[in-house]
Amino acid sequence: MRILKRFRARLTNVAMRREDEQRLREEIEGHLALQTADNLRAGMAPDEARRRAVLKFGGIAAVTQDYRAERGLPFIDDTLQDLRYAFRILTKSPGFACAAILTMAVGIGATAAIFSVVDATLLQPLPLPQPQQLVRIEADFPGVGARDVRISQPEWKDLQRSGIFQYVSPVVNGSVNLTGASQPARIVFKGVAPGYLALLGVSPRLGRWFDPRDQTPGYTQEVVISDGLWKRLFGSDPHVVGKSMLLDDDVNRIIGVMPAGFHDPGRTPQQRSTELWAAAGFVAAPSSEVRNLRRLRNFVGRLQPGLTIAAAQSRLDALVESLRKQFPADYPPQSGWALRLVPLQESEVGNARQSLILLLGAVGLVLLIGCANVANLLLARASARGREMAVRQALGAPRLRLVRQLLTESLLLSLLGGASGVAVLFWTKGFLLRMVPESLAGINDISVSWSMLVFAVAASVAAGVIFGLAPALQAGRTDLTDALRQDGRGSRGSTQQTRTRRMLVVTEFALSLVLLIAAGLLLRSFWDLFNVQLGFNPERVFAVQTWLPEPNVRKTDIYGTLIREGEGPLLRELLRRSRTQPGVEQAAIGTSSSIPLSHDRNVTPLIVEGQDLRGTEPPLVERSDVSPEYFPLLEIALRRGRLFDEKDNETVPPVVVINEALARTYWLNGDALGKRVKLRPAQPWSTVVGVIADARTESLADGGIPKIYLSAYQTYASDLVIFLRGTLEPGVAAEQVRQQVQSVNADLPVFGAQTLHDALSDSLSERRLSVEMVAAFAVTALLLAGLGIYGTISYIVSERQREIGIRLALGAQREEIQAMVLRQGLRLAMTGAGVGLVGALIVSNLMQGLLYGVRPTDPLTFVAVTLVLTVVALVACYIPARRATRVDPLVALRYE
Amino acid sequence: MKQKTDVLQGTLALMVLRTLEMLGPLHGYGIARRMEQISGDVLAVNQGTLYPLLLKLEQEGAIASEWGASENNRRARFYRLTRVGHRLLKAETRDWEQTAAIIARFFERPECPR
Repeated sequence: MRILKRFRARLTNVAMRREDEQRLREEIEGHLALQTADNLRAGMAPDEARRRAVLKFGGIAAVTQDYRAERGLPFIDDTLQDLRYAFRILTKSPGFACAAILTMAVGIGATAAIFSVVDATLLQPLPLPQPQQLVRIEADFPGVGARDVRISQPEWKDLQRSGIFQYVSPVVNGSVNLTGASQPARIVFKGVAPGYLALLGVSPRLGRWFDPRDQTPGYTQEVVISDGLWKRLFGSDPHVVGKSMLLDDDVNRIIGVMPAGFHDPGRTPQQRSTELWAAAGFVAAPSSEVRNLRRLRNFVGRLQPGLTIAAAQSRLDALVESLRKQFPADYPPQSGWALRLVPLQESEVGNARQSLILLLGAVGLVLLIGCANVANLLLARASARGREMAVRQALGAPRLRLVRQLLTESLLLSLLGGASGVAVLFWTKGFLLRMVPESLAGINDISVSWSMLVFAVAASVAAGVIFGLAPALQAGRTDLTDALRQDGRGSRGSTQQTRTRRMLVVTEFALSLVLLIAAGLLLRSFWDLFNVQLGFNPERVFAVQTWLPEPNVRKTDIYGTLIREGEGPLLRELLRRSRTQPGVEQAAIGTSSSIPLSHDRNVTPLIVEGQDLRGTEPPLVERSDVSPEYFPLLEIALRRGRLFDEKDNETVPPVVVINEALARTYWLNGDALGKRVKLRPAQPWSTVVGVIADARTESLADGGIPKIYLSAYQTYASDLVIFLRGTLEPGVAAEQVRQQVQSVNADLPVFGAQTLHDALSDSLSERRLSVEMVAAFAVTALLLAGLGIYGTISYIVSERQREIGIRLALGAQREEIQAMVLRQGLRLAMTGAGVGLVGALIVSNLMQGLLYGVRPTDPLTFVAVTLVLTVVALVACYIPARRATRVDPLVALRYE
Repeated sequence: MKQKTDVLQGTLALMVLRTLEMLGPLHGYGIARRMEQISGDVLAVNQGTLYPLLLKLEQEGAIASEWGASENNRRARFYRLTRVGHRLLKAETRDWEQTAAIIARFFERPECPR
């Protein structure tokens, strides 16, 4: 308490000091005057009287200093003094100050921006209670290379009973038709076990969760809705609980509303924007009690309190072991069976993790290079200020005090830089947020947060110390006699200093090379992807989605009719109407998975006639149902056999078309024509009638994904996509399709209008962003490195002016001098590049997962980048080299 | 040197307060002279530390100051004891006497044999 009080008193003293010191000086002066007067009266001469008075009083400076130390906080006092001094020094050389602050602003601002994204997505826990207990449970058959396979209903029950989890729920991601509102809409929905929302631990803002009483074999007729849906659809009606909604033509009662800002975890942005939850028991068809009929997936669980993921995993392994012993027929030894726990947060971010870490690394390197540059500037100034430092040391300033003064200067620089960087971030955050790839949206809100500010301050301080330490320590080591000699050599830096500067330049070049190579490899990957042979033609193709309701209660609804009469008439009517639209040249229909590069993928097991599975899961392949016009519309080439035609309808035996990758995978020599397959054991066999060329419809990066196409007239799909090719205005076309579809059935929603060109660039957006940013960082690094080498070589040239003068006087050619300087710069750059190559090899191997089509040791990139770096170094050194040749020997020698 | 002033600080304050009590309002030089007279030349070295002490005492409210004229008509700041100062002096005196008595007892010739 007392200490605190004294501290406060001292703090106020710091503020009040000026007045008190004035008073003290007055008093001392008064005392001396009185003493002098007394001495005069005692008969001394005036000078002597004054001298005696001062002597008798003792050290005036010491008294005031003691007083100051006693009364104030010397540390703060000194710091304030240093700060004032630093400000004065900086305002005296505004050019230097601006350069340093700008460098730091760019470095710290960019680092803080990337950090805020990393913080929100990788570091901050999910905004749910005890997020560390939340896991995803994934099943693998490592023996056959199958990852994330489905889990059967008995296996789920085993998980529930294992004692490892408080609760486990499968999740069915989907969407439903909402009708009865002004415009039929498609709502993102999740089918979950009744305890799912309680498992996440977020209370509804209105109403209640599902509870175990809601346990039914199939779906409940009760739903929980999101805050957004509540506001949009019900105008925030406080009495919404108990009201009904028409979902897929079923009447559903609303039992609860989730709070604002609640994002349901999910692996895609669409899953994270769920607006409707329905509970299901997952025991009715199509779920079954058969252990090896695995239909459920996306398992989310909450661990028992106090259980770490590692401990839970080992208990889970034991469970798997005992189940495999207990049911050997369901778990054939050759396929193996394993369950994996993945922290929920980790599974949210997915592949973006690597890109984010790469970006953070890249921006960190830029910051480091910036630090090296500012350190270089400071060193140059330090040698110019060598005299000043020497004088201050000679006057008795302790070395530590000088080091502190210089460190204060560099900290001031970096903090000012950091503050301006963050300020710029703050003003441009709207623009920056738009650059965040969509795949990261909805995990945590990305914003200018406290942790980002703390990070920015920490980064500034660290940067200030990093770039300030070397010059500061060196300033303390000045040789006094040398520096104070009057022959003008005081401004000359020591060899030690030159060595430090060279090392800084070498570091800059090494770091820049690493960044440039990373950027180069990413650019090549992107370029290759961008120019990849798509195998289909996305130009002028427009896609619009609709969805036929799948009600639980099958009355006389469309779907029931379709089941009985086939979907053909509806599809043909939709196609007929679409073709009448102005500007439409071709029209086709497919399922949502038939949109090239969409997130909607439909993966199905494939049973091949005559191929023994030996009890393992059948392999999974991609599937789409399409109308005959689909392949011609997308210009996907036919390799063998024939495409679908109008005759492949519900009245004839089913046929399929497969791609070459699938043919290659399952038949010797890809000889698949006429062979028979089926997707479910209970189905009749379908005949392969055609093989099409591989197209990159599933992934830009992978052109060999096996895919099977079914004739849309022979299946009953509810997720329909209408493809149009022609000269169309997207907005107008979407509205026209809406009218056409709703004139067939007024309750069908029309949504998701997009051009395939957009879909294509969306699928590249995440990659494009990281390429652009890494490239921008690399260019910045290159510029900084160029500036660094320019500064250092200029300095070396000005230092060697006399030497060059002598050489010229002794007959050296100007070209030789120029070459000498260039050689010196080049040697620095090459040393840096050599060190950087080693670093680049390590980094490029680490980022292998982000590359496409290039090896991490791509010689072209390595050679090209080294060349670029060399050219930059040469250009940067050329100017000082020219200056060196213009040295006038007479002037240079007279200088002495 | 610094330590010496630290040790003397407490006693110096006591001396200043006592001087002011005895002689009434006095300027800094006067206090210094008076202390010099009483203590001989022993305390002369510490003249400089007197003024910070005066400032400190004033800030604590033990003394107050106002402008006045010295003997030879110079403008000088005169210090006088406040009520707080009187109380402080009393307390400090008591403390001092106690301390002195205790210390004195340590230096008494021991009377009981070993």
